[in-house]
Amino acid sequence: MKNVWTITSRELQSYFVSPIAYVISALFLVAMGYLFSLILINSQDASMQSTFSNMMFLLLLLAPALTMKLLADEQRMGTIELLLTSPVNDWQVVLGKFLGSLILFAVMLVGPTLYYVLILKVFGSPDYGPILTGYLGLLLLGGSFLAVGVFTSALTQNQVIAYFAGLVILILLWIADAAGGVAGTGSIGNMVSYLAITQHYNNFFRGVIDTTDVVYALSVIAVALFLATQVLQTRRWR
Amino acid sequence: MAVEQAQEPEKTIEVQNLSKIYGNFEALRDVSFEVKKGEILGFLGPNGAGKTTTMRILTGFMPPSSGTARVAGYDIFSESLKARKRIGYLPESVPLYTEMTVYDYLDFAARLRDVPHRDTAIERAMEMTNLGERADTLIGKLSKGFRQRVGIAQALVHEPEVLIMDEPTIGLDPKQIIEVRNLIKSLGGEHTVILSTHILPEVSQTCTRVLIINDGKIVAEDTPARLTARVRGAEHIFLQVAKPAPEIPSALEKVQGVLGVQAKDSATGTYEIETTLGTDRRADIATMAVQKGWGLLELRPVGMSLEEVFLKLTTEESEQVGQ
Repeated sequence: MKNVWTITSRELQSYFVSPIAYVISALFLVAMGYLFSLILINSQDASMQSTFSNMMFLLLLLAPALTMKLLADEQRMGTIELLLTSPVNDWQVVLGKFLGSLILFAVMLVGPTLYYVLILKVFGSPDYGPILTGYLGLLLLGGSFLAVGVFTSALTQNQVIAYFAGLVILILLWIADAAGGVAGTGSIGNMVSYLAITQHYNNFFRGVIDTTDVVYALSVIAVALFLATQVLQTRRWR
Repeated sequence: MAVEQAQEPEKTIEVQNLSKIYGNFEALRDVSFEVKKGEILGFLGPNGAGKTTTMRILTGFMPPSSGTARVAGYDIFSESLKARKRIGYLPESVPLYTEMTVYDYLDFAARLRDVPHRDTAIERAMEMTNLGERADTLIGKLSKGFRQRVGIAQALVHEPEVLIMDEPTIGLDPKQIIEVRNLIKSLGGEHTVILSTHILPEVSQTCTRVLIINDGKIVAEDTPARLTARVRGAEHIFLQVAKPAPEIPSALEKVQGVLGVQAKDSATGTYEIETTLGTDRRADIATMAVQKGWGLLELRPVGMSLEEVFLKLTTEESEQVGQ
């Protein structure tokens, strides 16, 4: 765990000196502030449900941008040679990088939106249950977006390719619901629908923690990080 | 630690029948060698000969296609992490995070290797590489020479038993090159060092043993002095005179110890003279040139460049294969 934290803390250090984290955070907060106020004025409802749904969609676009440099840049700059010849396992490198992006995501993107709750409290009487589960869902599903991004970042030396590959996978996961509908109500249709992200966030945002949804998010994270480790290992063989 | 020291092998690095194949390309073919504790081994060879591949296998960056290697008593494949902890590695492209300061970077390298007293270890490494005043400078703002030193400091910070350096003096100015060579020399004895280079003087000045690699195979292995002597076979002298004449070569061949004379350019009056190994015939040649009034302009021994040594060795090898 010590090795993982070494990687994570260096990654955070590097995030905070590069402009990309600030740009993404600013983009996210400006767009969400606008959407939050629009939703609040139109619905006159002290709830975060629609705001959370909008956050998910925005994260689809922004999460791969947070992760694109993690492994791609190490491979381009040759610094991967330092990591892979240090007494550290490949999975520790991958996990450390993922945790770095997750912490940045929590602090720079999710954290600042907590003042929305304060606004709701001042002007109304929000139900805190769905807000709490909503934030949990945001971290879990946001984490799975980031894990996919870590995987695509391992595939290439090029950050732009890493970003778009991540985006494509996330969009496929996003629209898998429709494909599941086409496949019918049989087991195949259900399976494809299960893969859809859209099937798994609504419960969190409504205030329900369903084990299926938690397992879904954790599975995406585990599979993506496992694949990223495998890619890193096959890099050694080339 | 006590147990490890008791059974410390005399051979710090043992490489057996190492091969590496990329697709159809054989980068290494059946390479075997040993390095004793405290030795400084130089890898010589042209680009693509397999120097970097060998180093990358030893450091655990990539596995070999076949063969085994042990570093500091640990198998580089099955006990990779233990072996890696005892190796300091400076890759050909120095692995630097340009957005970090020198101190933060070395701290990261030390934490990766689980160094106990990091502050003192980092200070020692910076002192050895003369980086003291640059601790808080961003690596991205450093010159090539300083970046190279940061790379070396990174490889030294955990006081590794084995130091593997791929082209450590590349991109440095002459003064820095001398500093780095002296540093490497001072590391020998305590540490076991492998370094790769193109530069022959570098090998003769720093290394205790040389390994010449070509086409993924070891073509020669010896001390620098013996290797040069073995390859040379004869001393070469360069001569330039003001008044070239056709009879000069035949006249020179009468000097004792001269094996042959070759007129290189009759217009400028330059000649290359071959004399028996271990003798210096320059005084005799100078006397003759003055007596005969040729107008002596220049007379100097010709050293053998790496290219010549290398060409000689590789052609010898192919001749042997041909027979």
